[in-house]
Amino acid sequence: MKRLLIALFCILSLPVFAQEHGSANAEGAKTEEFRPGDMILHHIGDSHEWHWFSTDNDHFTTYLPIIAFRPGKGLSVFSSRNLAEGKVYDGLKLEHEHLEAEDGSKVYDFSITKNVASLMLSAAILLLVFTAVARGYAKRGTGAPRGIQSFFEPLIVFIRDEVAKKSIGPKYERYMPYLLTVFFFIWFNNLLGLLPGAANLTGNIAVTLTMAIITLLVTLFSSNKNYWHHIFATPGVPKALLPIMIPVEVIGIFVKPFSLMVRLFANITAGHIVILSFISLIFIFKSVAVSPVSIAFGLFINMLELLVAILQAYIFTLLTAMYIGGAVEEHHDADYQMGGGDGADNAHAAH
Amino acid sequence: MPPIVNPELGLIFWQVVIFGIVLLLLRTFAWKPILSSLKERESSIEGALRMADQAKLEMQELKAGNEKLLAEARMERDRILKEATAVSNQLIEQAKTKATEEGARMIEQAREAIQNEKNAALAEVKGTAAKLSIDIAERILRRELADQPAQQQLVDSYLQEVKLN
Repeated sequence: MKRLLIALFCILSLPVFAQEHGSANAEGAKTEEFRPGDMILHHIGDSHEWHWFSTDNDHFTTYLPIIAFRPGKGLSVFSSRNLAEGKVYDGLKLEHEHLEAEDGSKVYDFSITKNVASLMLSAAILLLVFTAVARGYAKRGTGAPRGIQSFFEPLIVFIRDEVAKKSIGPKYERYMPYLLTVFFFIWFNNLLGLLPGAANLTGNIAVTLTMAIITLLVTLFSSNKNYWHHIFATPGVPKALLPIMIPVEVIGIFVKPFSLMVRLFANITAGHIVILSFISLIFIFKSVAVSPVSIAFGLFINMLELLVAILQAYIFTLLTAMYIGGAVEEHHDADYQMGGGDGADNAHAAH
Repeated sequence: MPPIVNPELGLIFWQVVIFGIVLLLLRTFAWKPILSSLKERESSIEGALRMADQAKLEMQELKAGNEKLLAEARMERDRILKEATAVSNQLIEQAKTKATEEGARMIEQAREAIQNEKNAALAEVKGTAAKLSIDIAERILRRELADQPAQQQLVDSYLQEVKLN
């Protein structure tokens, strides 16, 4: 079942990619005044202000704080209003949403960007929702769940029984908090990213990279002798092949989180690109007549994205659980049940 | 590298910080109480089911015990009834035997009494006969002197009289 879902999604993600490249490049070259490629990249990228929408005369924008650290000069904090439309402030300017010093010196940008603001918002939502769920348990004890508690309980039980217990085995309990947090963090942020005007947080490579690295660290810190034995002396492999096998296995350690990073980033970003591309069609053809087509396809992709939102959260959690399971596993004979090779396979498919 | 695949340091920093805080807070205030409650509930449900099974088993045992008791009581009753019938039959039999015996005894007594009476009567008859004989002999002895044939006739008539008695 798990493998089937993963395989299905790998197949699903391929045509999405092809479409993205085709549409973004071709449309970008065709038009002069309206550049869909730039528009799309701007929308899926991060920015230092939260732009809600624009009318003919006005931009409705929330200016977010800039936090810049320059070696020697120290920390400077100010509103991004001061940098709007190419203005220079305190020796800093924004070059394509990239904070740079006027004199070209090194700037470390810790600004509360649109993505960081969205991250904080999602953190608040997660805390509110799950403390409310926990309160339900505190209030009702072992009684039947109600309200928000009964909505999230099946998901929590699913992650525990179908993901953690089956992939990690008897030591699953230690990893439950991480797996649940990862699952709901990704799902909530995927859904938030689908709202109009929202940030594309889980489609940002920095976010997926961080999560993948945390998974890698959790895996490495929970690894036992067995895990390393499999990497440096794979059972059943002739000694002569070990010089080939060891590098392959070592690369495998890093390919697994790399595939996690790319899969989530690419799936979410691709979905956004496809929706934006359909909307761009209206402006490319400069005709309202195209809008029904755009809306129909956009709506369809949006519905698909709702599915993708939970599917990607599930896949990320499942693969994380599998990698941890591979690292904490004790018995040799159970190896073939674990998804040891899945990471590498999926990474190839996702590229 | 195009900016879209270029991870920004600032966002990585905030992601680490905020995700870490969320993870720690949720672990303490959400996941631990939720998971322990779930576990508690599951174990309580399991316990309840096991108890229900046990109760069912006990109930069955109780029912079986009751039936056994009932069967035993029934058997006891049958046994008592049978015994009572036997005893009553025996009593009747005994009474009958006793009555028969008594009757036989009484008949025997009566018979004995009759025999005694008869014997006594016979003895009396014999005594009377002897007395009569003596009387007759006396009379004969007295008469002999007078008339021989008449004497003979008289003895005969007397003897005839005795036989008739």
